[in-house]
Amino acid sequence: MNATPASASLDRSAEPRDAQSKPKIMVCDGNQAAAWGVALAGVDMVAVYPITPQSSLVEYLAKFIAEGKIDAQLVDVEGEHSVLSVLQGAALAGARTYTATCGPGLAFMFEPYVRGPGMRLPMVMSIVTRDTLTPQSVWGGHQDAMSVREAGWIQMYCESVQEVLDTVVMAYRIAEHHDVMLPVNVCHDGNYLSYGAARIELPPAQSVAAFLGPKDVNWHVALDPDRPMAVDPLTGGAGGPGPRMFVNYRKSHCAGMHHALRVIEEVHRDWEAHTGHRHAGLIERYRMEDAQFAVMTLGSMTGAAKDAVDEAREAGVPVGLVKVKTYRPFPTAAVAEALAGVQALGVVDRSVDFGGGCGPMYRDALAALYRLERRIPSLSFIGGLAGADLTVEHFHRVFERTRALVGSAQGGDTVWLNEKD
Amino acid sequence: MYEIRFHGRGGQGAVMAAAMLASAFVEEGRYAVAVPSFGFERRGAPVAAFLRVDEREIRRMTNIYRPDCVVCIDPTVGRAVDVFEGVRDGGTLVQTTSAAAGELALPPAIGTVGACDAVAIALEVFGRPITNTIMLGAFARTTGLVSIAALEHALRDSEMRDAGLQQNIEALARGWAGTVVYHIEERAIA
Repeated sequence: MNATPASASLDRSAEPRDAQSKPKIMVCDGNQAAAWGVALAGVDMVAVYPITPQSSLVEYLAKFIAEGKIDAQLVDVEGEHSVLSVLQGAALAGARTYTATCGPGLAFMFEPYVRGPGMRLPMVMSIVTRDTLTPQSVWGGHQDAMSVREAGWIQMYCESVQEVLDTVVMAYRIAEHHDVMLPVNVCHDGNYLSYGAARIELPPAQSVAAFLGPKDVNWHVALDPDRPMAVDPLTGGAGGPGPRMFVNYRKSHCAGMHHALRVIEEVHRDWEAHTGHRHAGLIERYRMEDAQFAVMTLGSMTGAAKDAVDEAREAGVPVGLVKVKTYRPFPTAAVAEALAGVQALGVVDRSVDFGGGCGPMYRDALAALYRLERRIPSLSFIGGLAGADLTVEHFHRVFERTRALVGSAQGGDTVWLNEKD
Repeated sequence: MYEIRFHGRGGQGAVMAAAMLASAFVEEGRYAVAVPSFGFERRGAPVAAFLRVDEREIRRMTNIYRPDCVVCIDPTVGRAVDVFEGVRDGGTLVQTTSAAAGELALPPAIGTVGACDAVAIALEVFGRPITNTIMLGAFARTTGLVSIAALEHALRDSEMRDAGLQQNIEALARGWAGTVVYHIEERAIA
């Protein structure tokens, strides 16, 4: 079974990518955009196992490699556990690697997935986000990526097809930065961004090469017969140097995540300098200057939310929007600063935090609000589960409910946006 | 912003038609976003695809509920789903049908109809009822929003799985030539 539609492309590049010196306008879907990002990033090894709605992404990769657009080895393995295991070996040997997965594939990948960050392997993997089983569903939602949000990967969510392409390339600079050295998930929404096709600009290969600089993928643990070393030693326990070593690993991992907050902003600025493409690195504030209340969004829902904000502003509703791009590490300080002036907050999640019966990002937002000296009433909204549409009209309802909190002390129960669609 | 909803059946290429039309609009310097409906598409099952076109960047990535134009690339899908749901007043229908445009049962919201016997043309061109590129020609003729040249360009840049490029370019031209455009005001006057 396969739910992969075709996408039409205005790809006129029969010539090798090195010859391309001007931006090229194309129409493609997010899965193809991610594959173009991989092509531009100079990846050495790709391992694949297809799963809806990621399948067409790895099909594009296989095609690009076959056509010579990507000079990489493709490893077609028997399942996602092997996908990431193969790539970890490649990363240890100093290769730039890529794969993509989602939903049940990510679940099957879990063991090597949790091992990678602790080994400080600078890998990039797209999650074409999909709601998790069960009930059975093959459609989009953030539950798969959210389920692994504490595994120690950096996780960034894209809003548009263009941002998918751009972020895949930027992810390598972030992952490989010596102050970071952590794997990065580039999340793009299954359905809306995987199959949604839009006009994009493919940056010139030479601009991207200048942005990336010389390849220096894994300087600290390169498998090298001339330089034998132990990798991933046994640590921990209750005696000897074990506990101290384990704490050191965890603390330095947290330090890498902390540095990532700075590096992500730097890399986004540098990407803009090289390509002219501007994206917020951590959070984007939209019409927040004089906002009385705010909503927070994540991923492809943001486009409809911004349109709704514009309509509401036209009607005199003082709403602003904070889009979170980098979800892990969570930009707590930036979010707190952005929300410092509002009198109410609504947070829209496309997944469920079962611990709180709310959205997961809502919990992160509460932690950020706690830094402020006053209490801001807030509400958790959950919508867009398993492919459900989050429309401009849904966001107007979010605004109405959130605005009603202004002046009150409390929030209220979680609002399920598609319950009556 | 102009919103177009495609209706068809799995295997006819409605989703691909929306993507090719998006490419044609972009080729002409506009912005376009095509979002398919999602499911385990099966040959013959009703399928929809949503296309927005605008002079400026389009941000919303959602389905379309109030289309300006409905393109039906299948003659019978209207029996399975309400293809007219939410159509804006004065909206346009581009329909594959063997009936004359004036004989179609239409809701009051429809102001313009482009009728094209795309199934008959497809059987001649492809030997199979694959109507998507024919109906792109019909769309261009009915709305005047996109040129045949830009559509041809989009076809050349698309990957054809089931038929050759030349066949599809012929299909496009046949769709354009074979479409009768009918304005409801004219019917009222007559």
